[in-house]
Amino acid sequence: MIPSAGPLQPGVNVARRRRLQRLREAFIAWVLRACAFSAVAGLLLIMVFVFREALPIFTSAETQREANFLGFFTVPNWQPVSDVPKYGLVPLLVGTFKIVFVAMAFAVPVAVLAALFASEFASPRLREILKPAIELLAGIPSVVLGFFGLMVLASWLQSVTGAPVRLNAFNAGIALSLGILPTTFSVCEDALRAVPKSYREASLALGASRWQTAWRVTLPAASAGVAAAILLGLARATGETMIVLMASGNAALGTASVFDSARTLSATIAAELAEVVVGSPHYSVLFFLGALLFLITFVVNVAAGLLVDRLRRRLAGA
Amino acid sequence: MSATILGQKVAALPRKQPRDFAGGAFTALSGAAAALIVLMTAVIIGDVVLHGWQTVTWEFLSGVPREGMTKGGIWPAIYGSVLLVVLMTVALVPFGVGAAIYLNEYANPDAPFTRIVRFAVHNLAGVPSIVFGLFGLGFFVQFVGVQMDRALGLDVTWGQPALIWASLTLALLNLPVVIVTTEEALRAVPREMREASLALGATRWQTIRNVLLPQAMPGILTGAILSVSRGAGEVAPILFTGAAYFLPYLPTSPTDQFMELGYHVFVLATQSPDVDATKPLLYGTVLVLLLLTLLLNLTAMLLRARLRANLAGRS
Repeated sequence: MIPSAGPLQPGVNVARRRRLQRLREAFIAWVLRACAFSAVAGLLLIMVFVFREALPIFTSAETQREANFLGFFTVPNWQPVSDVPKYGLVPLLVGTFKIVFVAMAFAVPVAVLAALFASEFASPRLREILKPAIELLAGIPSVVLGFFGLMVLASWLQSVTGAPVRLNAFNAGIALSLGILPTTFSVCEDALRAVPKSYREASLALGASRWQTAWRVTLPAASAGVAAAILLGLARATGETMIVLMASGNAALGTASVFDSARTLSATIAAELAEVVVGSPHYSVLFFLGALLFLITFVVNVAAGLLVDRLRRRLAGA
Repeated sequence: MSATILGQKVAALPRKQPRDFAGGAFTALSGAAAALIVLMTAVIIGDVVLHGWQTVTWEFLSGVPREGMTKGGIWPAIYGSVLLVVLMTVALVPFGVGAAIYLNEYANPDAPFTRIVRFAVHNLAGVPSIVFGLFGLGFFVQFVGVQMDRALGLDVTWGQPALIWASLTLALLNLPVVIVTTEEALRAVPREMREASLALGATRWQTIRNVLLPQAMPGILTGAILSVSRGAGEVAPILFTGAAYFLPYLPTSPTDQFMELGYHVFVLATQSPDVDATKPLLYGTVLVLLLLTLLLNLTAMLLRARLRANLAGRS
């Protein structure tokens, strides 16, 4: 028999090919969706596994004999490897606060003023020098900034401030500010540049000077973005590790002076975790510090994200 | 004073506003802040180059550390760093690019799933690097690795700090970088190109593969390069997941530990018994690390500038 369905044959093939193609398309969409989900999965896994290792502090009686939540805030010292280990977080919190405070006090004015300069006053040519310089600074690894703080900056600052020790909270704070300047500057500058030109033109037309326009019109219009920039800098400063580990001297003193050596939460984890026995109370406490850092930076980052959204909505509505 | 405008005599406006000294001072101050950033960047790079360039010889690059790391070279650290970032890139780029394609081409921007993914990307970028280190130890080493050893009936092989775990930790750390830069590149491809391709009967995926990805390639490369640069410089995430203080051999398997440039800088700077003897080696190592990361960053910057110029030329 001669197959009579000759002309139908390609039709069948086309239909089959179409079906296969549709299947393939659906499969690829599914794979890409899974890729996108990997970011969510990553964040969830970080939370679960960092918190899980810290859990014995709340659940295991054996761990609690050595380290418990209440003790973190009532024990005055951080001495995890003495005969009777002491896990008081207060010196670490004070150290973190001191160093972050110095870093912010230095980085925020410099970053905001430089961003104002770049977006409002600089000629295109000057901006072409400034932007790559900031990107270069952003590209310097934090271990190199830590090295710079340890080897070079510490001696300079000591000769200027006359601090009793080379490595102290002030030195670490200044070195840390180098690490957060690029982020703060970039987010700030983006926010300022997002302000519509008409705002500036209206202000200038009313007779305001360029500086008055920048300070009283552009900066307030971008304030949500500037606040976000400061918060992002704060989150980075709190979590940054290598710079403070190398430049702070790492003594858990808990004194008020910024010219004393200081130890941060992040540097404590970095310095001690490699030496501890997995599952020991000390191990759990270090993961607790990590969980604490995660929570602090998470909250600050969420706040920064909300502020950026607000800026976008505000300028879009204008 | 007066002037004639359209044949009418009018009192002239003062040609210049009264001088605004406070404003001038503030403007100068903002310029000084900008100059300070440039200056500090130059000082850091200049100091490293000035003190380091004499150390960086072929023997230094190809030698191994000797005599308690006061002599010799840094070849194992270079080798380990390269291996680390290569493994990281292989694990990272498919996921990052896939996620960006999904977010930009498939996702409904207002769907809850999309918003959750964007929220996660934003916050993943803000997680401190030391927390990634804790996560790498708690998840990859102590959980995945230990379970693998148990399942395979091995002695401690996977359940210890190793090259593979360090690179996977860094891959997660850099996931947001690749997603954000790839998305930026995809967004820069004009809509007409997608529409033309779809109108010719191409499917969604055919359009992505044959039209969008080639167009977005410079942007994807930028993201990959930036993450390699960050990966080569990050020390905190690898402290407990695989980096070794000193190894007499080069890593040959994914379960080996490895030496790494950034960690080597940290070790030389803080753990050396003889600071003065180590100093030239330290500066040399920092210079190599800095050159590596800055060259990668420079490449990314140039690629991005070209991408933006293309975009501007098109519209």
